[in-house]
Amino acid sequence: MANSKQTSVASFEVFYSQVLNPQGELVAPLPYFACDTDELIALYKNMVLTRSFDTKAIALQRTGKMGTYASSLGQEAVAAAIGHAMKPEDVLLPVYREYGAMFQRGVAMHELFLYWGGDERGMCYANQPQDFPIAVPIASQVPHAVGIAYAMKLRKEARVAVVVIGDGATSKGDFYEGINLAGAWNLPVVFITINNYWAISLPREKQTAAETICQKSIAAGIPGEQVDGNDVIGARNRISKAIEKARQGGGPSVIEPITYRMFDHTTADDASRYRDPEEVEKHKQLDPIMRMRKYLESINLWNEQDEQQLNDECSAKIESEVKIYLDTPPQPPESMFDHLYAELPKAYKAQRDELLNQEDTNND
Amino acid sequence: MTEITLVEAVNMAMARALADDENVVVFGEDVGANGGVFRATEGLQKKFGDERVMDTPLAETAITGMAIGMAAQGLRPVLEIQFMGFIYSAVDQIINHAARLRNRTRGRITVPMVLRAPFGGGIHAPEHHSESTEAMFAHMPGLRVVIPSSPARAYGLLLAAIRDPDPVIFLEPKRIYRMVKQEVPDDGEALPLDVCFQLRDGSDVTLVSWGAMMHETLQAADQLAEQGISCDVIDVATIKPLDMETILKSVAKTGRCVIVHEAARTCGVGAEIAANLAEHGLMNLFAPVQRVTGYDTIMPYFRLENHYMPSTERILAAVKKTLETS
Repeated sequence: MANSKQTSVASFEVFYSQVLNPQGELVAPLPYFACDTDELIALYKNMVLTRSFDTKAIALQRTGKMGTYASSLGQEAVAAAIGHAMKPEDVLLPVYREYGAMFQRGVAMHELFLYWGGDERGMCYANQPQDFPIAVPIASQVPHAVGIAYAMKLRKEARVAVVVIGDGATSKGDFYEGINLAGAWNLPVVFITINNYWAISLPREKQTAAETICQKSIAAGIPGEQVDGNDVIGARNRISKAIEKARQGGGPSVIEPITYRMFDHTTADDASRYRDPEEVEKHKQLDPIMRMRKYLESINLWNEQDEQQLNDECSAKIESEVKIYLDTPPQPPESMFDHLYAELPKAYKAQRDELLNQEDTNND
Repeated sequence: MTEITLVEAVNMAMARALADDENVVVFGEDVGANGGVFRATEGLQKKFGDERVMDTPLAETAITGMAIGMAAQGLRPVLEIQFMGFIYSAVDQIINHAARLRNRTRGRITVPMVLRAPFGGGIHAPEHHSESTEAMFAHMPGLRVVIPSSPARAYGLLLAAIRDPDPVIFLEPKRIYRMVKQEVPDDGEALPLDVCFQLRDGSDVTLVSWGAMMHETLQAADQLAEQGISCDVIDVATIKPLDMETILKSVAKTGRCVIVHEAARTCGVGAEIAANLAEHGLMNLFAPVQRVTGYDTIMPYFRLENHYMPSTERILAAVKKTLETS
């Protein structure tokens, strides 16, 4: 065998792209969408709003007014990019740090507070009928996106499913099975594998021997690429390209935005047990909001006064949403039976009555 | 009208659903060109095209998850897991997502999907092909678990499952796929879910079973009738949610109950029925409830499978025991 004839039958390259460097300077020509300065400002505002929301959510948890919460600190650019790259008729399947994208698609802040505050109504999304709720079990939303994309293709609709997972989730079978099916059937779906360096306590380099996360797409026969996930302009550009390609029938792709989880995994976690604070300090210099602000200021689209006004707007918005959340009484206990099935089977009516009787006894 | 087998009835129900509703799609491993390893989907791809009847890559997790996404978009996916022994990698999708999405989103996203899987022993199949683990799904809130035991009920219950707005695990007893033939009109009429079917009326003892074991249970009832013992025979059909009302009513009349299932005994659906009888029907009982079930062992490989599965003799012995006590 040592002397067998070997021929190269496949090879691959992985591209990384960036438009805005950490200093807020352009390192590549501005993509076409960025000619629209309103769009640039909207992306910036989305990131600032998300960070304000995040700060408030952590404060609510710390003061006992909300349950465990997963922070999006440092990852605002990817979420803003996803939210702005999608069309309203597309379907988003997020993990749990894509708040900016969810806001952009009509999810209300108080709904997210309700969700992390232990109330299913936080997944009801009054203004977003189709997007999937936050996905906790890791990677299991990938096959859902494939099915959604199949339905879109079957009905010949120009729509796209966009599913987000983290770097850790790409170790799971659901991801491999999902990208493989999407490739085999050329489905309109984009897989965004956010690489934030950490899957709770497991660093990216211990997750896989692959040099990049996105190259896993090669095995499924679909393209994959990296993008600076803290560069909202670059990320928005590459994600849009992938979505529009899928919309045109060009098939699925994997995009790996590289960002960093600045906070603990959740408010129930303490990252100081496993993470070097110096690493966190280093990543502070790569902050997505800081660099976009610098860029907008450099082209005279933004100034200190605009910043102050935006901060005031965000505070007012968040305070009113917090009020809605805190003023929302819990659902009645029997509501746990309300949406189990389209209609509660006869077999479970006695249990519902049992609960109601118990509640009456408690109230006596 | 020609007589058809249970597997042909399954096929006829899917063909009817595909013809009646453009949202119905049928898919799974080898269901297209091959027509399914048991031929349950024979001819469907040819008739309805490969966009609505698809062969999938070999990936139980993904095809189950995919059905959830399709259902969320308003399709009516009917997927086949080739054997129940291969269903376990899809359990995360079934329990964490299919069963919960309606509840999680307060009715915003629903999952009207049907997962079909052949199950049970008795056909000398390879390892991992003969288990009966229906109780696993019967335990999970948000699911329906339906098991037909005749061609007519296979047709009517599968149509009902496909039209149901919630996820249904539809388990097909493969031992009786071709055991009996029955006239089944292709009239598009569904049978009701969530209710038991009373197959025989009697006054001395209630026999409760489902799936392939209905065959032995009915045989036992016939033999008992010859001895002058009349049995109420109940086919549970939908094991979740469980129609205890019918079973309790029957036991109120007979005072004796024998539950027969192929699955292992511990935490089997028989245990749930027996517990309900103890809670709500104890005073009507003349004798302890008997369970005739598979043993709490690994389903033996096929040289011993007939020793594992309840036989007519074991059912007769259990009935005798209930009659001796009083």
